[in-house]
Amino acid sequence: MSSSIPVRRFDTLVIGAGGGGLRAALQLAQAESHVAVVSKVFPTRSHTVAAQGGMNAALANVLPDNWHWHMFDTIKGSDYLADQDAVEYMCRAAPRLVVELEHAGVPFSRLDNGKIYQRPFGGQSQNFGGDQAARTCAAADRTGHAILHSLYQQNIHAKTHFFDEYLALDLIRDESGYILGAVVIEIETGEPLIIEAKATLLATGGAGQIFRTNTNAHINTGDGLGMALRAGIPLQDMEFFQFHPTGIAGKGMLITEGARGEGGYLLNKDGERFMERYAPNAKDLASRDVVSRAIYTEVKEGRGCGPNADHVMLKLEHLGPEVIQKRLPGIRATIQTFLHIDPINEPIPIYPTAHYTMGGIPTNRYGQVVAPLGNTAEETVPGLYAAGECACVSVHGANRLGGNSLLDIVVFGRAAGNHIIEFLEENRYHRPLTGDSVDKAMARLARWDQKGEGESVKQVRDDLKKTMEDYCGVFRTDEVLAEGVDKVIELEQRLENARLRDHSKVFNTARVEALELENLMDVAIATVCSAHARKESRGAHSRIDFPDRDDERWLKHTLFFKEERRLDYKPVRMKPLSVDSFPPKARVY
Amino acid sequence: MRFSIYRYNPETDNKPYMQDFEVVVNAGMMLRDALLNIKEQDESFTFRHSCGEGVCGSDALNINGTNGLACITPISPLKEPVEVRPLPGRPVIRDLVVDMTQFYHQYRSVKPYLIVHDPEPEEEYRQSPEEREKLDGLYECILCGCCSTACPSFWWNPDKFRGPAALLQSYRFIADSRDQATAQRLEELEGPYRLFRCHTIMNCTNVCPKELNPTKAIGEIKKIMLKNNT
Repeated sequence: MSSSIPVRRFDTLVIGAGGGGLRAALQLAQAESHVAVVSKVFPTRSHTVAAQGGMNAALANVLPDNWHWHMFDTIKGSDYLADQDAVEYMCRAAPRLVVELEHAGVPFSRLDNGKIYQRPFGGQSQNFGGDQAARTCAAADRTGHAILHSLYQQNIHAKTHFFDEYLALDLIRDESGYILGAVVIEIETGEPLIIEAKATLLATGGAGQIFRTNTNAHINTGDGLGMALRAGIPLQDMEFFQFHPTGIAGKGMLITEGARGEGGYLLNKDGERFMERYAPNAKDLASRDVVSRAIYTEVKEGRGCGPNADHVMLKLEHLGPEVIQKRLPGIRATIQTFLHIDPINEPIPIYPTAHYTMGGIPTNRYGQVVAPLGNTAEETVPGLYAAGECACVSVHGANRLGGNSLLDIVVFGRAAGNHIIEFLEENRYHRPLTGDSVDKAMARLARWDQKGEGESVKQVRDDLKKTMEDYCGVFRTDEVLAEGVDKVIELEQRLENARLRDHSKVFNTARVEALELENLMDVAIATVCSAHARKESRGAHSRIDFPDRDDERWLKHTLFFKEERRLDYKPVRMKPLSVDSFPPKARVY
Repeated sequence: MRFSIYRYNPETDNKPYMQDFEVVVNAGMMLRDALLNIKEQDESFTFRHSCGEGVCGSDALNINGTNGLACITPISPLKEPVEVRPLPGRPVIRDLVVDMTQFYHQYRSVKPYLIVHDPEPEEEYRQSPEEREKLDGLYECILCGCCSTACPSFWWNPDKFRGPAALLQSYRFIADSRDQATAQRLEELEGPYRLFRCHTIMNCTNVCPKELNPTKAIGEIKKIMLKNNT
């Protein structure tokens, strides 16, 4: 054990300061648990800030609604891969948690009666598949910003301890499997620090940066996913990666599903509202996987727009300037900035873009990390929790519904916080720091001090993102995926020979990016290997060679282990908490 | 296109200097794209950035003398060589990365959170669309720091003057129909510095990349104070 590294001690360590991490931290700080939040960026720069359209909750402020309908839509949207106990828990908690956020200061848009404004979103229905519902609570099209800032503000009030611009390297795990905290580095000084904690929560977000064109921020590099894999914990359902239907063509910036929720629709080069063919009932508000595949098909069959026929159009003009200015001001500004057009007057060129990591660190509905490490498929990893996009509860299964990710982070951030409070009551003392985790983390850091010739990190990263886009995109086949596996493994070897030119300590972002790339590499391998193995089409995982869903063989969760790139499977929890199970049915919109 | 970039690495440089880079530009390129290209040329070049679409507030810089966000600043209209410097008045950590501690401290000082004394109802607080509209132009702040670091009053008194970003947040809560701490908020802004160092120079409003108007918010706070004192 390296003894020269300074140590700080807290009851709980939260890694990541997006909505999930901050909601958990708030729960803990209010319970007077000593909590530290480590974030590689200042908290309000976390990617929750970019969420636009809103957060689902059956408030029934606009149209009739109840949590049970929300539960059905979520399970159908997941293509029946979601765990039904967790979905019931989330949908039941949703109305209360939205109200809680409102009380915490979130500036939701309002209806004339003073209640929270709700808009229709994709995959929502009344009465188990009937008419369109309006379930998405919105603060214009800046809901993520509104929620993240309010949660940060409440954490200021609760005196949460923040380590801003510290990068977590690896978890510390002792011989009996307890997680004892993490090794981090202070980016400003480059100095390592051990943060000891009785409980550690990973809330590090998604890994959209494994794909070249994505809606994600530069920081979305799956750090928690890499840390879990290196600690021997598997990742679940990584083959399910969501491509958002409406990214700005060629650039990737997100145009919220709320644009279609407010009445926008898609057109091909013939001016046809083509979604009517793919989803006769829900049309443009079908699930994201359905709409993304439809756009790909339109383009592939020659009905794309523009000189290269490589995108389709999102039409909003008919909504009128008032709706666009009031309900969609953020995307209007983005479109004006990046396309120099005004959606009030012109349609927007759009194309599907990598957006959301459905898979992640396997947890139960209390946020406890569970893995087949002992005798059963779901042994808890003591002292370790995960919440938000980095976790896989699973409430999103094979395809997440729009508006369910902001909900996921607050519901399970809070649930994890609550369970940690219980855990701390039973685990009153820090366990002694033993094991070789710290040495391993320091070796991982020291490896980048190597000098001499070698490829640049940037080159390997660019090639990885291109490879994932080409070999693990929306439509997949055995042949292409097999080649993808080989190529990504080749890249992993190239990464070993990559070298930094800059070995300085102070605010060395080149080093940060090298460490991030190691995480992206682990995540990419998990994704392409899991995708290659799943021989069916379900939700976002679309196999041309296995076009149908195969519940008999594949109604199960994938688990990918870093060691020997081993795959394992576990059953889907089909039994909800209190209501009847929703058995798999054909999924039509 | 030519870029002149502020460089300073405390481990190797006695003092900062400007360094020139050439970048091959294409249509629609933003300043952030050019800076990423420069980082490809010289890995040691350091700046903060993340979302790439003007919502996270990481990449606030001084561009040809004016503060702005690199990711939503198109480079085609910029005068050559494009001079890129760190935000003014803040201690430089390295290259374009500045220490924003004091800025964040001032933000925390205005108690930027909703304060309600009454018991909470089971449902949401009711707020009419008109009441909610009063928060537009206030809640959208991304804490990039462009405004406060463009403000001469903040340059001279960053420890005593709250600065435009923090004062905008203060007014965001004063203007919120749900907040019950207006009197306390106003009282805490009394005195010659915290609020009243604002001399309506309006640099803040001119540079805000989200087109918010801190000067107006500060004016509104002054108006309420004046009304209360008469």
